[in-house]
Amino acid sequence: MPTSETPEEPQAPHPLDESAIERCVTEAIAAFDAAEDLEQLKAARIAHTGDKAPVVLANRRIKELAKDEKKEAGKLLGAARGRIQKALAARTEVLEAEHAARVLVEETVDVTAAPRRRRPGARHPLNVLQERVADVFTAMGWEIAEGPELESEWFNFDALNFDPDHPAREMQDTFFVEPAESHLVLRTHTSPVQVRALLERDLPVYVLCPGKTFRTDELDATHTPVFHQFEGLAVDKGLTMADLKGTLEHFARAMFGPEAAIRLRPSYFPFTEPSAEMDVWDPHAKGGPQWIEWGGCGMVNPNVLAAAGVKDPEYTGFAFGMGVERTLMFRNGVSDMRDMIEGDIRFSQRFGQEV
Amino acid sequence: MRIPLSWIREYTQFPAEGSAEDLMAELVKVGLEEEDVHTPELTGPIVVGEVLDKTPEPQSNGKTINWCQVRVVPEGQQQSLTGDGIDPSGIQGVVCGAHNFEVGDKVVVTLPGAVLPGDFRISARKTYGHLSAGMIASVKELGIGEDHDGILVLSTLGLDPEPGTDALELLGLYDTAAEINVTPDRGYAFSIRGVAREYSHATGTDFTDPACSVTLPEDTQPGYPVEIDDAAPIYSVPGCSTFVTRTVTGVDATVPTPPWMASRLRLAGMRPISLAVDISNYVMLELGQPLHFYDAEKLTGPIRVRRAEAGEKLTTLDGKERDLHPEDLLITDDTGAIGIAGVMGGASTEVSAATTTIVIEAAHFDPITVARSKRRHKLPSEASKRFERGVDTQLQAIAAQRAVDLLVDLAGGTDTGEVTEVGQPRQPEPITLELELPQRLTGIAFSREQIIQTLTEIGAEVREDHGALIVTPPSWRPDITIPEALVEEIARLVGYDQIPSRLPVAPAGRGLTAHQRRRRTVSAGLSAAGFTEVLNYPFYSVEANELFGRADAGQPLPLVRLANPIAAQYPTLRTTLLPGLLDTVRRNISRGFRDLALYETGAVFLPGEQHGSAEIPGLGAYPGDAVIRDLEAGIPDQPLHVAAVVTGTEPAAELGGAGRARDWADAVAAARDVAELLHVDLEVVQGSHQAFHPGRTAQLRWGGQPVGYAGELHPKVIEAEELPERTSVMELNLSALLAAAPDQVTAEAISTFPLTTQDVAVVVAESLPAGELQATLAEGAGDLLESIELFDIYSGEGIEAGKKSLAFALGFRAPDRTLTAEEASEARDAAVALAAQRHGAVQR
Repeated sequence: MPTSETPEEPQAPHPLDESAIERCVTEAIAAFDAAEDLEQLKAARIAHTGDKAPVVLANRRIKELAKDEKKEAGKLLGAARGRIQKALAARTEVLEAEHAARVLVEETVDVTAAPRRRRPGARHPLNVLQERVADVFTAMGWEIAEGPELESEWFNFDALNFDPDHPAREMQDTFFVEPAESHLVLRTHTSPVQVRALLERDLPVYVLCPGKTFRTDELDATHTPVFHQFEGLAVDKGLTMADLKGTLEHFARAMFGPEAAIRLRPSYFPFTEPSAEMDVWDPHAKGGPQWIEWGGCGMVNPNVLAAAGVKDPEYTGFAFGMGVERTLMFRNGVSDMRDMIEGDIRFSQRFGQEV
Repeated sequence: MRIPLSWIREYTQFPAEGSAEDLMAELVKVGLEEEDVHTPELTGPIVVGEVLDKTPEPQSNGKTINWCQVRVVPEGQQQSLTGDGIDPSGIQGVVCGAHNFEVGDKVVVTLPGAVLPGDFRISARKTYGHLSAGMIASVKELGIGEDHDGILVLSTLGLDPEPGTDALELLGLYDTAAEINVTPDRGYAFSIRGVAREYSHATGTDFTDPACSVTLPEDTQPGYPVEIDDAAPIYSVPGCSTFVTRTVTGVDATVPTPPWMASRLRLAGMRPISLAVDISNYVMLELGQPLHFYDAEKLTGPIRVRRAEAGEKLTTLDGKERDLHPEDLLITDDTGAIGIAGVMGGASTEVSAATTTIVIEAAHFDPITVARSKRRHKLPSEASKRFERGVDTQLQAIAAQRAVDLLVDLAGGTDTGEVTEVGQPRQPEPITLELELPQRLTGIAFSREQIIQTLTEIGAEVREDHGALIVTPPSWRPDITIPEALVEEIARLVGYDQIPSRLPVAPAGRGLTAHQRRRRTVSAGLSAAGFTEVLNYPFYSVEANELFGRADAGQPLPLVRLANPIAAQYPTLRTTLLPGLLDTVRRNISRGFRDLALYETGAVFLPGEQHGSAEIPGLGAYPGDAVIRDLEAGIPDQPLHVAAVVTGTEPAAELGGAGRARDWADAVAAARDVAELLHVDLEVVQGSHQAFHPGRTAQLRWGGQPVGYAGELHPKVIEAEELPERTSVMELNLSALLAAAPDQVTAEAISTFPLTTQDVAVVVAESLPAGELQATLAEGAGDLLESIELFDIYSGEGIEAGKKSLAFALGFRAPDRTLTAEEASEARDAAVALAAQRHGAVQR
């Protein structure tokens, strides 16, 4: 055993000195327990398990022993080192837990003061509402048809049985395109898509046509020169006003809840005969449940079917149309139509992705 | 149409206590929608007073007032009314500023407690040294006229009532009018006669046809000579089918209109003018037949109904000289045109206060002729409104007789018995109605009896023929021309509430189209990325279209122009979405929002070679494939665009920190977002556009074609448009991208082998776009390259002038093995080699 080492060099007990080894173990455990933080524990760990720890040094001396003693010493020291490691691990766990707890406490933030790192975007509710309506109808097997906003007068009027000289045509407050001989107009309703759908598709036809429409109204709280409608058209064998009513009732319930109902009143549109105004019973309307004028509808006028080339007299059809702005107004409590077109971000953001 | 309740009661069972709302609630069931209620806004006590004393008292302000004693109860009686300021003696002291009355005149006294139009409350108050307990009223204060020069002396209305009489009753001011909305097919509902019939339909109660209350003369003399000579009927329909005249002599045109008539006219929305004019309007409102009265002394020679000649002119009643059109149907005499048929009379033959002999015109004019003249001369009138919707073809003689009766009764006229009736009334065409059609259209199982009964109720003649019905509509229903219209009549009389409900089963559908679905994807993606959707009008100035639309091609930009724009400064349709978005930016900034990311999708309007179609096919027939193709070809292209704008900053990462300023790159990123949402490879190249910063403009391309622009707006544009500095925008032809999008997305195998990264910096010419270099590197690196990202651009010390250094992070991965460093380096070297060859790039 060299003795020329530094005086701090701990003395290695004899590998078979049971009580000395026991003392090493006790001292190590005491040192670990005395360590108040991971730093102190590290020093204690080095002192009692490092290269120069008494038990480690003792372990090295095993090779000096006789063969039969080696086994016993190995057993003795193995057990001792095991107990030391176990104590170290236990203390490490305790101190690490304490440390972690302290650090995490120190890292506490005021979660209510979280900075807003993204500003949310939003859809325009008029568009979301149109998509929602489209979803109700596609779920019934209907398809979504579309047509141009700048339209030929024939599709907008003549094909829909609006006589050029009839007051009904004048009452549409049409935007005309120059020159007059072009016979182009901004469509005054989504109804021209009815004719387009019948021209483009095979019978039977069940389509919904949402889109932009235009009339020469000044913008105010309840009018806008650019607005949106959705138009429904079904042409099939044996359709009656009962099918129209059933479809509208289903639609109304999808939009306004199971208590919603539909009421039809006689009216006039050049492209339907018989024609009706429809009221919807809105159970959630502002100011209490009430009937609200919702749109127009009727059985497709035979002149419209003829213009669209539908010859088979077995086919009848129904059509209906509603204003999207108006629907949003009473369904979602928008009181001023100007909010829908001014683009104030608060308006869309109130709705987000829903309506 | 406004319906005074007293008037409708005359011809229906509408109850005396019924309100305007009650009436409208019934009428809406048969299709006449409620619109409004009109009530004279005054409440009593307002009574007749007799002026007992009138003492003029000059005032210091130069005015003279009259201190009057007015008896407001019958002579010898005591006041039965009570209230503040009401004298129990029945004699009120009233100060009056007007002078147009004398002691003994009967006047209208508004007693304390009365309320006049405009919430003018009457009370006893001290004025000019007297306690004035009420007011002597003018017609204006009562809301029955405009004249405010003096008070209403009842003798001027031909009235001499007992003092104390309820003046509201006397003047018809308790009456109320219900206003209903009449659909444009139902001309007959623009009359009390028509509404009375509809009320009867709605309630099942009896009514009296006012036309049946008129007795036509038996012995007649030839009347004022009339000839109809229509040389150019429109659609072969004569402009005038019937023309009736009657002559009434001895008329005193100065007789005041009786208050009951004036009241009904006012409630119906017409201003009382003079007795003769009022009678013609009254008959029109009652029966629906517009009349015209001529001063017989101003007519020269026979009346001739003919089309206008080229260059002919007429000064109409409104004092305007009008150039006539050969399609205008005229009423003429030997002096030329004296009226445009059914639209407006001429000034030269107008009835005046001096008129004593009146020639009454009651004619039936063709709706189309009247509608065109009205439109041409912009002369909508009560008459044209009825004619263009169709007037009862059999009503002319009856309406003329009604006018004769009123002129005799009210204006002291004498019926000469002179009657002219020329022309041939058009007879309604019979319609064949198959008995099963009503159920086939409505789903209601009508009985045969129900069908016949309802059609009879609307006035149709019904007979059976081989199991079908032959229905002749009534002469007042020219709108009924097809069997489906008869079905509507049957259904509305039976009640639309009888329609059952059944949900039809559509054939299996295909859901949204790919384009519809992709549009949703784009909108959802942009809004999730922080953009807020807005919707703008498509009406722009030419300048806005030229600045923000197509990149300047040195040629005029084709634009769609509106003939009647909503505002003169915005006459064209948009070719770009940007100006609308920029308007929205300004509006939001003015409301306190500076950090904006907005987007819009919408159609733009691009005129093509063929602008519209000159020929428009008629109603009710398929025009043929070729015609449809021509119509389609004339409709301008209307691709969908998507555009976005960014201003201000991103939110700060930390409280109190500065947010990143948004700039051109945000605009480019938004465009890339759209392309990535659609799986379309968008190419970004340096571009130029007049609205953009010349050095910060990206042209966006797909398949070698430009599909849009992104970048910072030109500083001059920003200044002129009053936008925040560095405002950046992007706009894409969304239709083009939707079409380019793949039908489906194909998966890529995910390699689980580790990623090998290599950074490389190369020096290239300053002018070489990074995008181009990156593309080259990616190409040169080959299949092993998984990702490439530019992470630094450097020029300055250590880099030759005119050059720049770009640093890229390259990520390599193989599908089947872990790459060695050598393999990655080889690939990187290959990338650099290609860049060297193509761009002279040198690795740093």
